[in-house]
Amino acid sequence: MAEQQPVSTNGRAGGDDASNGVLEQLTDDQLRWIYQIMRRIRRFEETAEEAFRAAKMRGALHFYIGEEATATGVCAALDDGDFITSTHRGHGHCIAKGARMDKMMAELFGRTTGYCGGKGGSMHIADIELGNLGANGIVGAGIPIATGAALGSKLRKDGKVTVAFFGDGAGPTGAFHEGVNVAATMNLPAVFVCENNQYGMATHADFANAAPIHNRGPAYGIPSASIDGNDIFEVYATAREAIDRARRGEGPTLIESRTYRHKGHTVLDQKNYRTKEEIAEWVARDPIERFVRAVNESERLDEDDFRAIDGQIEREIEHAVAFAEASPWPTVDVIERDVYVE
Amino acid sequence: MAVTTPQAPAPDTATREIFMSEALREAIDEEMTRDPAVFVVGEEVGVWGGAYAVTQGLLEKWGPDRIVDTPIAEAAIAGLGIGAALTGSRPVAEFMYSDFMGIAMDQIVNQAAKNRYMFGGKAKLPLTYRAPFGAGTGNAAQHTQSLEAWFAHVPGLKVITASTPYDAKGLLKSAIREDNVVIMFEHKAIYAMRGHVPEGEYLVPIGVADVKREGDDVSVITYARQTHHALEAAEQLAAEGISVEVVDIRSLYPLDTDTILRSVRKTHRAVVLYEAVRFGGFGAEIASQIQELAFDDLDAPVLRVGAAHAPVPFSEPLEQASFPDTAQVVEAIRQSLQGLY
Repeated sequence: MAEQQPVSTNGRAGGDDASNGVLEQLTDDQLRWIYQIMRRIRRFEETAEEAFRAAKMRGALHFYIGEEATATGVCAALDDGDFITSTHRGHGHCIAKGARMDKMMAELFGRTTGYCGGKGGSMHIADIELGNLGANGIVGAGIPIATGAALGSKLRKDGKVTVAFFGDGAGPTGAFHEGVNVAATMNLPAVFVCENNQYGMATHADFANAAPIHNRGPAYGIPSASIDGNDIFEVYATAREAIDRARRGEGPTLIESRTYRHKGHTVLDQKNYRTKEEIAEWVARDPIERFVRAVNESERLDEDDFRAIDGQIEREIEHAVAFAEASPWPTVDVIERDVYVE
Repeated sequence: MAVTTPQAPAPDTATREIFMSEALREAIDEEMTRDPAVFVVGEEVGVWGGAYAVTQGLLEKWGPDRIVDTPIAEAAIAGLGIGAALTGSRPVAEFMYSDFMGIAMDQIVNQAAKNRYMFGGKAKLPLTYRAPFGAGTGNAAQHTQSLEAWFAHVPGLKVITASTPYDAKGLLKSAIREDNVVIMFEHKAIYAMRGHVPEGEYLVPIGVADVKREGDDVSVITYARQTHHALEAAEQLAAEGISVEVVDIRSLYPLDTDTILRSVRKTHRAVVLYEAVRFGGFGAEIASQIQELAFDDLDAPVLRVGAAHAPVPFSEPLEQASFPDTAQVVEAIRQSLQGLY
């Protein structure tokens, strides 16, 4: 059984832009990658929201804006062949795992060129080749699947690690307990990353969970950490340690990443369960702005670097929307296709 | 139960007589030899050897990296199968009793069954779930159900079940080689049934029914243990000059409608026999297809014989009376012939 100890920089004050030396360990290319991924996530969702409000797409859109540092920091510490499972709020995980925004946008538009040929939509984007085992419309359901992927890696001895992303809303589910407990008993190469964005729809995490989720680490005999999820450097350092540990065969880790969704649960939000002040307080802790401030202070990248990345992303976004709009709708003859491998 | 399989392999094939549970074990063992990606996972599949001894001896042979014991955690077992299958393994995941699949329903129905479709056909789940089912063992309401219709109703799942050791081995081997999610329901009351299997390797294809006895007057369409009640009924009625054909569907989805229709078009009468609760059971699907596709060939309404509308009771006389036996099948066949419905 794993030794119980907290990992990483547990307990640092939120809002602190200092990276505690983590920034210095990252290369300029890694810093550019982090900025690019976080900005892609934000611009993708801002653009998707516009398209939704213009009635160009339908269904449900769950926004990740404000939480970008968690997906980005964790995926920055993963290798290309590693696996993730995602959630209904999954755009950020997809992009951070390397998904193409044009195929994602086309999927949101319900077109044949989308990741799922229009059969999945926002909540079911997967790219098995990239190691993204799927966003998921059922809260908590990705956790046992991640445990299964980690079991597969252990049996195949392929050296891969699986990260399960899930929200505070998954804390109360049975799938959480079964998935984490089995991973711990089998000492599997898995990392369980709880994105505590404070609310499951209008239900506060503290109401839904009898005690903080990170407290459960000792209950399963695995290390756990509670981190500032808006601090990309703390996320990265914590994930790095947990992922390395899993890859060494030392078993799973539970990370609770405290963050906040700036937007409502979906485009349709009751807006009656949190105050303007609370939202403003968290927007002031915006993970992208904090990253930029820290990098600027370190003088590692300059304005031109950021501007170049921004410009590139605007071109990608423009292309993604044009690609989605120009793509054909599926024809009805495919309704019963791909239910089974023929 | 010491029933001998009615299906003898071809006469020139060397055979052995083995138990149903041994046939299933041979299927798993052979497929594990054939493909290193195959592994077994579930509760008590290792040290204990499986609650019904199907995996007995496999831990000793293959070790804990191929025969994986889990805690009691059905949702996790279902998810272990999905995650491992998505990433390159070929799991055979066992539910100790099919009744326990209720705990894993989200993983089976919302995840395993739908992943490939939701992901635009890009995911592949070579995953077999095994689950003992059926009544007659004195295990009361939570260990005896026949819930196969739940799963046959869900697109993305294939559902199979065997009545003989020969079929059990051949079907399970086909299931393990499938790149789809297959649920194999194994009737508990016939694990100890003996039957002939060939010495050499063979497969039974999924989606192909088997006529277990040919006849001219009435078709009984059935599966799993009830096949034997149908065969006993056919034998009894043969003494009276009534010729009964017994069709064992073996596969609920995909369903071999052609074989069913061929039989009904010959006999013009059909009794659909199943051990699940009669109301809303899988037999209703079979009956419906027969009347839709062979209405003009029918000389009598399609009859259904199924279990009582109650949980399975414990006390032996109650339990035995709660699901169809040979006498009820005989009675239904007479009704079909005499128009007493």
